[in-house]
Amino acid sequence: MSTEALDASVPSSPIVKKSLRNSTFARVAKYTAIRLVTLIITVTIGVYLTILIANMGGYVDTIMRNEIRDNTTQSILANPNYRNLSPEAKQRLIQQKIASEEKRLGLNQPFAVRSMRYLKNALTLNLGRAINMSSDHGSKQVRLILLERLPATLLLTGSSELLLFFGSVFLALTLSRKYGSFWDKLTIAFSPTSAAPPWFYGIFFILIFAAVLRILPFGGLVDSPPPDNSFDYGLNILKHLILPAMSVIVSSIFLSIYNWRTFFLIYSSEDYVEMAKAKGLPPRAVERRYILRPTMPTIITNFALLVITLWTGFTITETVFLWPGLGITLYRAIGFFDTPVIVGSTIIYAYLLAITVFLLDFAYALVDPRVKVGSGSSQ
Amino acid sequence: MTAFKNTIRDFLRYPTAVFGSVIIIALLGVAVYALVSIPYKEAIRLWRGGEDVWYQNPKYAPPAWFNFFSAKKKPISFSVRTTDGSMTKVTTPSSDPEVSTEDISYSFDYTYDGPPQEMILYFTTQFEAKFPFVSVSWITPDGRTVRIADMQADRKMTYRFSQDQKLQKRLKTEDVMQALFADPNSSTGAVLKGQYQVVITGTTFEKDSDINVEFVFHGDLFGLAGTDKYRRDLLLPLLYGTPIALAFGLLAALGTSLLTMVIAAIGTWYVGWIDELIQRITEINLVLPFLAILIMVGTFYSRSIWLMLGVTILLSIFSGSIKTYRAIFLQSKESSYIEAARAYGASNTRIIFNYLIPRMIPLLIPALVSSVPSFVFLEASLAVLGLGDPVLPTWGKIIDDAFADGALFQGRYYWVLEPAILLMITGLGFAMLGFALDRIFNPRLRDI
Repeated sequence: MSTEALDASVPSSPIVKKSLRNSTFARVAKYTAIRLVTLIITVTIGVYLTILIANMGGYVDTIMRNEIRDNTTQSILANPNYRNLSPEAKQRLIQQKIASEEKRLGLNQPFAVRSMRYLKNALTLNLGRAINMSSDHGSKQVRLILLERLPATLLLTGSSELLLFFGSVFLALTLSRKYGSFWDKLTIAFSPTSAAPPWFYGIFFILIFAAVLRILPFGGLVDSPPPDNSFDYGLNILKHLILPAMSVIVSSIFLSIYNWRTFFLIYSSEDYVEMAKAKGLPPRAVERRYILRPTMPTIITNFALLVITLWTGFTITETVFLWPGLGITLYRAIGFFDTPVIVGSTIIYAYLLAITVFLLDFAYALVDPRVKVGSGSSQ
Repeated sequence: MTAFKNTIRDFLRYPTAVFGSVIIIALLGVAVYALVSIPYKEAIRLWRGGEDVWYQNPKYAPPAWFNFFSAKKKPISFSVRTTDGSMTKVTTPSSDPEVSTEDISYSFDYTYDGPPQEMILYFTTQFEAKFPFVSVSWITPDGRTVRIADMQADRKMTYRFSQDQKLQKRLKTEDVMQALFADPNSSTGAVLKGQYQVVITGTTFEKDSDINVEFVFHGDLFGLAGTDKYRRDLLLPLLYGTPIALAFGLLAALGTSLLTMVIAAIGTWYVGWIDELIQRITEINLVLPFLAILIMVGTFYSRSIWLMLGVTILLSIFSGSIKTYRAIFLQSKESSYIEAARAYGASNTRIIFNYLIPRMIPLLIPALVSSVPSFVFLEASLAVLGLGDPVLPTWGKIIDDAFADGALFQGRYYWVLEPAILLMITGLGFAMLGFALDRIFNPRLRDI
């Protein structure tokens, strides 16, 4: 999501000399590396801001203190050397240890110093221990609780976003070809429906397909009991994936198609497209080389913005569909008032967003001729 | 003036624009009506009220208009009382000045196909030492009189027909409602339709002693919107949710788009480090997980809707649209009228606020209107996550309550659908208007 994004709407000069593959690779690599470094700095600042917001109420301090208390209490109670001590002496020992541990971890240091330590912990995903929640394997480590949920979230987000992207580009191209047709008008008429978030459509889909028609499950990842062999298991997951993925796709596809079709139409009236047509190039080739190529960077930027807003939608979509991902973990953490999990989720979400931005930036570098060929001044 | 007239003409050319504005005006009307008819404090008191406020309503009752769509008519709830005259009360003094008789009765037409859930009598009596005595009887359409109960009436007393074990014994069934409403000649236990009457005869034994009765009839359906798990009339949050949703959506949209534009204008005008800083903040803001931070603020600090509104605006200012505005400002910065302004020595603020920004208003208005739905839905989303304002009745809260109670699993669709349809209508209204405005103000899109 660089500033080039908008300038991309100005097509690059059509006279492009074929450069060596090597230098193309070098340019893409350099661009990607620069973006990666910028993103790392951005994420660091973002995570630091998260910590600042969280610690305005002293919540991160509390997370740290709880962890220290748990650890020291357990280590002293479990230590056979201390077994003969009286309970009072043990308590005194625990208090002493806690005090020294807090000093060692710098809880008595000024906030500026302390927050740097938190930042390091957060960036290395050292997220502390949960208060009430635990992972399926019984661990209380926030990192494990969250990472365990990641695959389900990635399955839902990945499948629905890919379908959304390719589906809408394909349909937008088709519609721009038949501009003014019935389907075209229908899409325009439907595009205001994208005002509603995915979970909202989820409610209706649950109502129609699960409650009334009873052909698809209400929610969850697999049936209980789950099927025995892995093939059936996979199919079962797919069956559960249909409704949540469908609600994500339906909630944004009409607007994306509308936007991109408008885009393609604007571009297809450019002089160089007319020129290509006059040259007698087949329509598919014109579409691919003269319409899709120059619009791709803008479309990817557009899609990146959509994906970023979609992350918000996924949290609640997962909750509505009881999809065992990060979103529902966050929802349950709100219910339990489990502060370490809430802060941890925020940090994981920041990472996920940054990775999304990075992947799309990389895709952007691959399709943007200015990065690939290196014409024009780099910004 | 002609420009304005042209805009109006353009506007009327788009049916979606007209339709969208009709929806928005209707919603504004509902919002004003809600705010005027139910004061803020009263709305909160009712919404937070328990059994004591809502005892007159049945639980989980779908709205009364369900009967229009179903062949089997279900009984509709109502309640009447002597204090406001909806139940007749006749006091007859006797020869003894201390003793008098009160005849309280209420008759109603019953044309439904099943018995109601419950009938309850709430007695409120005044006396010094001698308890009044009441006897209740039930008169069916075919003229039978069923003796229900005879009892002493305490100062506050509740009598539930179906929980009276003596009555159960007398009617030889546990299903009192079925027995009271059944047709004695029918073998299937069909309901006898016609005029029923509940008669309460009270005797007071003191001069100033008085009996007041409230007859509460819990049918299967209730009111225009139905009720929830806590017997609350859903019409209250549906009505009152309108001004809240509109206020949240409009304020957030207005705050976000205005601030975004001003910041973009300042950045492009001063260039240099300010512009650089704004762009970097935008990039950082992009990786800040918006909802997760809202959740963090909601759980750690306060769930007040106004705090959420503030945080929402703060996090949405530096969004992707700042880049769109920036690109357009960069163009208009070079135009000759700005140069002219510079030449006559206009100050920076004057140029930004009087020349740069006003040019953008045609672009701003569609964007503003189109962004309202996302904020309206955001409020609902927060409520669905359990982070709705704890005191305010909102649409999202209804959906949250319904979900928490498994309304979709239990088939109580009305509970989810009513707020969802209102949300949908609001979203569509603003989205359609925004779409049309976009086409009116951006002629490039007009033919496409």
